[in-house]
Amino acid sequence: MLSLILKRLGIGVITVLAVSVIIFFGTKILPGDAAQIRLGQEATEANVAAMRERLGLDKSYLQQYLTWLGNFVRGDLGVSLASDTPIMNLISDRYQNTLYVAVLTAAIGVPISLTLGILAAMFPGTLYDRILTFVSVSLVAAPEFFTATILVLLMVFVLGIGNAVVVGSADGKNIFQLIAHFALPITTLSFVIASQLIRMSRAAVLNVMSSPYIEMAILKGVPRRRIILRHALLNAIGPIVNVVALNLAYLVTGVVVVEVYFGYPGLATLIVQAVQTRDFVLIQGLGMIFCMTYVLLMLIADIAAITSNPRLRHPK
Amino acid sequence: MAKDTQTPEVIFEAEDLCISAVREDSTDLPIVKDVSFQVHKGEVVALIGESGSGKTTISLSALGYCKPGLTFASGEARLLGRNIAGLSTDELRPSRGINVAYLAQSAAATFNPSIRINEQVTEAPVLHGTKTQEEANKKALDLYRALDLPDPETIGARYPHQVSGGQLQRLMAAMALCGDPDLLVLDEPTTALDVTTQIEVLKAFKKVIKDEGAAAIYVTHDLAVVAQIADYIVVLYNGEVKEAGPTDVIINAPQHPYTKRLMAAINPLPEESDAVEPHGHAAAIEVRNMDAGYGRLSNGEPAAMILRDINVTIPKRKTIGVIGESGCGKSTLARVMAGLLPQHSGEVLLDGVALSPRLEDRRKEELRKVQFVYQMADTALNPRQRIKDILGRPLTFYHSLRGKARTKRVLELLEMVELPPPFADRYPHELSGGQKQRVNLARALAAEPEVVLCDEVTSALDTIVAANVIDLLTRLQDETGVSFVFISHDLSTVASFSDEVVVLYAGRVAEIGKVSEILSPPFHPYTRLLISSVPEPRIGWLEETTESQAQKAGLASGVELRKTGCPFVSRCPVAIQGTCDTIDPPKQHGTDGHRIECHRPLDELM
Repeated sequence: MLSLILKRLGIGVITVLAVSVIIFFGTKILPGDAAQIRLGQEATEANVAAMRERLGLDKSYLQQYLTWLGNFVRGDLGVSLASDTPIMNLISDRYQNTLYVAVLTAAIGVPISLTLGILAAMFPGTLYDRILTFVSVSLVAAPEFFTATILVLLMVFVLGIGNAVVVGSADGKNIFQLIAHFALPITTLSFVIASQLIRMSRAAVLNVMSSPYIEMAILKGVPRRRIILRHALLNAIGPIVNVVALNLAYLVTGVVVVEVYFGYPGLATLIVQAVQTRDFVLIQGLGMIFCMTYVLLMLIADIAAITSNPRLRHPK
Repeated sequence: MAKDTQTPEVIFEAEDLCISAVREDSTDLPIVKDVSFQVHKGEVVALIGESGSGKTTISLSALGYCKPGLTFASGEARLLGRNIAGLSTDELRPSRGINVAYLAQSAAATFNPSIRINEQVTEAPVLHGTKTQEEANKKALDLYRALDLPDPETIGARYPHQVSGGQLQRLMAAMALCGDPDLLVLDEPTTALDVTTQIEVLKAFKKVIKDEGAAAIYVTHDLAVVAQIADYIVVLYNGEVKEAGPTDVIINAPQHPYTKRLMAAINPLPEESDAVEPHGHAAAIEVRNMDAGYGRLSNGEPAAMILRDINVTIPKRKTIGVIGESGCGKSTLARVMAGLLPQHSGEVLLDGVALSPRLEDRRKEELRKVQFVYQMADTALNPRQRIKDILGRPLTFYHSLRGKARTKRVLELLEMVELPPPFADRYPHELSGGQKQRVNLARALAAEPEVVLCDEVTSALDTIVAANVIDLLTRLQDETGVSFVFISHDLSTVASFSDEVVVLYAGRVAEIGKVSEILSPPFHPYTRLLISSVPEPRIGWLEETTESQAQKAGLASGVELRKTGCPFVSRCPVAIQGTCDTIDPPKQHGTDGHRIECHRPLDELM
């Protein structure tokens, strides 16, 4: 089993390296020159050349890539072209916001969604199942800003709870204050991930429920609850953790609309800004962070799937 | 058993039982029609019939269970005097696993892969509260011992994938018996097993049923198996009881024509024939000194070397049977001949010319001459293509036939395999299993091959249907002059129509020769084990055969591949320690091309 996990880890490292190549050379293909952008339109040729030398842009692409990768490994993401501040400083505040929202959404949304999905699989075809299916399909179809708007309307304007935007800093708040602080983004994102999680967990458990060993459990007189919790769920963990991991990755990297809507600065809006200002260095740094988040979450999902499968845990 | 004092004489009774399938337009399609029979205390009742006869459906009614889509229409299914037809799952739960227990055909699918064996075995009595976990563990341990399982103390701590198929089948019996049920329902529990494994499982089942004093319903299509284990036989056809009676009456004096056909479809091993055929047929395919295996090369050998030192000749217009247990390399041999698996060393010759090991390097003409027919017609035929497209594709590919000429040839092929012309426009799922296998065969013949490799083509078919396919193969050989390589684990089928037989054991040829030579002494010890394992439709056969020395040895262990020496050494009753396990067995030639690979001289193998 250990060798299997090490193999996955190796594949993860290779993936990150491959993506680093794509990110680095991808940004090189884009028009525009970092030295020119940094100095502005009025800079003289000589100034630009000096700046190019300072930034190492006169070296070969391969040398530039290796330098950049080496710095990245040591935690130095370089200096922003647009604001002249170290990328690390730019990211750290944002990362905190993003992490708070992602972790809280995961902690609240994932367990509720999985419970709802598994309950639907326990009673397929019932009114509960059909209502849940209808609601989750509707949620898949609804864009994030629509869900967010409805929530704001309901909560803020009808019920009069909370603020329509996230106001102030998250610093120094305890967990309950944090939940209150990010209440609306968390609820919106929970709805977004819930639809997929409910449908996938229901499908995964139902798929297992049609296998012969479940029929055997029924014929042994095992009660329905135990069939689901002991016999079916164990075998459905693999596909379920993969969907959970994909959704968590989305929470870190893909929530631009929600961040903009509720007006709190996170990583997703930062990369939009970086693209707008043609801040190549920032794009590269964020690209790598997003890639590593994905790879890490997938690795955790794989390890969970491997450890839940006795065939892999105890080979013959 | 504690419950003996209260159990009534009749454990289960079906009375005018009708079960229907509910169609989409909510009309009923009767599956089981007015079936009545009784199971008495301590009695084994066999339900016998082909697939579609309703035997499984009837057996499940003893648990009050209908497969999804089926429903109890009328009549009663009485378990211990109570009608359980149509009761809800909650009402049935207390009985299941305690009054009545179920054994399914495939233990591999019936055990939950993620839960340790012992928990699954003891689950029913512990959940129902009839035993504490300790009592159940003790009962399970007794059963493991009674069922001759290896390491009874620790086997329960393993996961299902960590034990062999035959062991898992016996563990399923332990699972069923752990709750001391009054009635056992066994659904084809040995059908998926090799003959040698089948014997050990049958023996264990019979002993345990007797010791535990349980009644049983035994579902099977195999009369020879039934003869060993049942007291009473119910013959089913199309959901109706055709004939019922005590085992010796049904076996020895069947009345109903259908029962007679079932008996006739059992292939007893043919008597040794003296027909001497002229020798010296030209070889269609010749395999010389061939080794083959799977996986990456390490130390100059594939990681898993399956076949070693194979020398086989397939003469023109002849049928060669290849026989051996699962894991012996039968399919691998066919895959090498077809080019699907390039051999590691040695060569394969077609009409005397060496073939490229890799399929990609073979010429179209070479591909045409060697065709493959797979076991599962269901998966081998594209479900989205009509039969005329399935058969037409090789016609266009190999013979450039198009339009009318192609259609005409498709109809000829259908006629060859005895299917009517309208079948050309059908899809595979509109055909029965036997019909699909005929299409599968016709597709191979479309190429007009010299050799057709048939990999277990009759194994998934019912006895009577399989017998018809065999007749068809024999006729096609007369008409087209094709050679067949017929791979099977069923010796009686192979022996019934092959000209020569190759006995494979763990990747080596144990014995090769004409059918009459194989079935008569001298025997390779493995051939002897195989021959003595073929069930005979005769009461008492099981007891006699398990007493024989060959069988006792055969039960000792499973198939193991060996690098050097004779692979059969660990199961062989006449093995010579120090020789058989270290030196490759010599090829000893008998009469007429007969060859045995064994250290024992031929006269000791008589």
